[in-house]
Amino acid sequence: METLERIVAQHPFFEGLDPAYLKLLVGCASNVRFEAGAYLFRQGEEANQFYLLRQGRVALELYEPHAAPMTVETVEKDDVLGWSWLVAPHYWRCDGRAVEMIRAIALDGKCLREKCERNHDLGYELLGRVVRILEQRLQSTRMQLLDVYASHHR
Amino acid sequence: MPHTTVEEIERTTGVADPMLPHPYRVADVSKETHDTFTLVMEPESGDGLPGFAPGQFSMLYVFGVGELPISISGDPGQSGRLVYTIRSVGQATHSLVSRIPGDWVGVRGPFGTSWPVEAARGKDVLVIAGGIGLAPLRPVIYHVLRHRDDFVRLIILYGARTPHDLLFRKELTSWPHAPDTHVLTTVDYGGMSWHGRVGVVTTLFRHLRLHPDRTVAMICGPEIMMRYVVAELQQGRGLEPANIYLSMERNMKCGIGVCGHCQYGPFFICRDGPVFPYSRLRLFLERHEI
Amino acid sequence: MVPAAEHVRATVDLGALQQLIPLLESRGYQVVGPVLRDGAIVYDSLKKLEDLPAGWTDEQEPARYRLNQEKDGRLFGCGPGPQSWKKFLHPAAVRLFQIERQDGDVRIAEDSGPAPRYAFLGVRACELAAIEAQDRVLTAGPFADAIYRRRRNGLFIVAVNCTRAPATCFCASMGTGPRAREGFDLALTELNDHSAHLFVVDVGSPQGAEILREIGSRPASAELCRRADQAVERAAAQTRGIECDGLHDVVSENFDHPRWEETAGRCLACGNCTMVCPTCFCTSVEDSSDVDGSRAERWRRWDSCFTQAFSYIHGGSVRQSVKSRYRQWLMHKLAWWKDQFGGSGCVGCGRCITWCPAGIDITEEIRAVRERIPVKIQSEESDDGNA
Repeated sequence: METLERIVAQHPFFEGLDPAYLKLLVGCASNVRFEAGAYLFRQGEEANQFYLLRQGRVALELYEPHAAPMTVETVEKDDVLGWSWLVAPHYWRCDGRAVEMIRAIALDGKCLREKCERNHDLGYELLGRVVRILEQRLQSTRMQLLDVYASHHR
Repeated sequence: MPHTTVEEIERTTGVADPMLPHPYRVADVSKETHDTFTLVMEPESGDGLPGFAPGQFSMLYVFGVGELPISISGDPGQSGRLVYTIRSVGQATHSLVSRIPGDWVGVRGPFGTSWPVEAARGKDVLVIAGGIGLAPLRPVIYHVLRHRDDFVRLIILYGARTPHDLLFRKELTSWPHAPDTHVLTTVDYGGMSWHGRVGVVTTLFRHLRLHPDRTVAMICGPEIMMRYVVAELQQGRGLEPANIYLSMERNMKCGIGVCGHCQYGPFFICRDGPVFPYSRLRLFLERHEI
Repeated sequence: MVPAAEHVRATVDLGALQQLIPLLESRGYQVVGPVLRDGAIVYDSLKKLEDLPAGWTDEQEPARYRLNQEKDGRLFGCGPGPQSWKKFLHPAAVRLFQIERQDGDVRIAEDSGPAPRYAFLGVRACELAAIEAQDRVLTAGPFADAIYRRRRNGLFIVAVNCTRAPATCFCASMGTGPRAREGFDLALTELNDHSAHLFVVDVGSPQGAEILREIGSRPASAELCRRADQAVERAAAQTRGIECDGLHDVVSENFDHPRWEETAGRCLACGNCTMVCPTCFCTSVEDSSDVDGSRAERWRRWDSCFTQAFSYIHGGSVRQSVKSRYRQWLMHKLAWWKDQFGGSGCVGCGRCITWCPAGIDITEEIRAVRERIPVKIQSEESDDGNA
């Protein structure tokens, strides 16, 4: 438990987090590992994990019929993965495939939600950090939409 | 970097009129991607045109078809040969990439301002390229690698549309072998066989620790991409506008500042650019239809 | 550039002036100047003084140009017409080179035949300023335009001081006229009343002095000089003007001014203004080859920033809207030109006002832009926007 607390504290997502909150969150944490090629989650599955990536790269894929899966984003060491645990309905919106071996901390979503319900200050702190990530991802996604390298583009 | 004057061209080539193409022959054509080719050219006779500085461009003339401004993508330390990496997007570029060894191509130049390799001495060089934008930046990379001790870190961030569009793939894997040289690549759209990163080029910044006071950034790519990279560097990382450089592009017909086409506000891209410090462009980069 | 010299004043009567054109021709010049054709004053070859539009004057208003016949027989009674001297110095269509290919061998033939040697007769003060402006654009940069330079070097200029100004003129406010001050070999002020038809002549260069000596002249009396000056003063009483104080900043800081949208509603993007403007210099190049591909040519032609294609890069034009193109022309002419070349791109000749089919008046545009901006933007320093 103590080692886990240190690992969680050291992850950039929680930089500067009040140690009191850290203790609360660690209760939801566990160490996980995925082999290269494995799927961490599939679109439509119940979303109950918030991953803090420690090693390896995950490809976020969208699959449409009659086409090969398209990777729309990759996340890796020091990134986080998953927000559907926070936002109802709690289902994964895409597939997450391990491009290489993954080591991560998985925080149980239900556990996190319960703690945030009981402690709104913790909830606000967590929400603020997640929103910041979401904002970056949204900006990047919008830029991807522009398809700036396409030959027709100015 | 002083402009090449009519007198200098006249002295080295005997060509007095900067609108007359100088004869070159294609020595080699190689395919980089499905639509992008690298041409190597040599002067038909004699020493050819004056040497170029990284970031400069030539006007390339194909017999009876037309002329295009193309950035020089080769090694500035290798005088004589001129190397161009060209993406085929229309009739004129298509005719250029269709050249075969031995073909005649008219060359004018080199024109324009260059990347600040002198100002970057003793500092980290941060090269950020999007798509075909890696071609005008490759001469900087060659220069830094050739004079490795004059610079601290060399960091290359490169984004392309898909893995099939990545240029200079062999060099992308060999460059990181040089001391303190780092290459991070990403693509906008990836497939299952791609194990690299997917996301726009600004997503690469989160992997960097930058020292804003000793970093010179050089950016080339679609204008939208350059704008959001500048925002990340300036607002996100605290780089001074004077230490951020961009290569701009506009329609060109003469390359020598007399046809009026390449104007961008008060600037002629062909002679006040194409390389500009962001501090000069601040007022203009956000404006529409300029 | 003709070096400025002490202006010696002389008088020449109409009879003596008859010798001017044949004399210049005998020195190898092609004399060109104003002639009347198709209801307008255009510039073309002059063989004798009688080729000039004697007795004609013009009425000019936005989108309006009319010629009227007076009875006084003045040779230079008309203001600027739809053409300018750039048609000779910076021709509308010129071949840059020919190129031949045979058995893989390629040869370029530069068109370096002797450049025509022109003598311009009837150059207004505004036009002198326009020639000087184009000198800066085409010869003063790191690369000189070879064609312009060749034609400019041999040029002999006989200027004419305006004694009346059509309503669209505003050279006085731009500081470019109506008096010709420098840049000419000879300058004429025409005086024609019941007593005599003569010209007060200012000498502007040694070449001009030499030509004047050949023609023969008398020193100008104080009375004639006074009458000449008064006549030019009349031309300075103009109804239009641009306030040049702080003009560069007022224009360049108003990229998003609402006026551009309004004017775009009237502008047809026809490009007339750029064709008639004596300082507009933009060109494009055209390549062509013959059917078997053995010979190709490269031509240079006038172009206009008002065209859709002017700013085209990969799949689209940067300036798609008419608003952006009108704005580009005006901001370049009155602000960015100064950053690029020093001085103003506008010489106040008024041609763009007369020949705009929508009657857009550049002086009105500037007034509208100035009126809607807060006082604090007005520049502190004195800046008359001139060369």
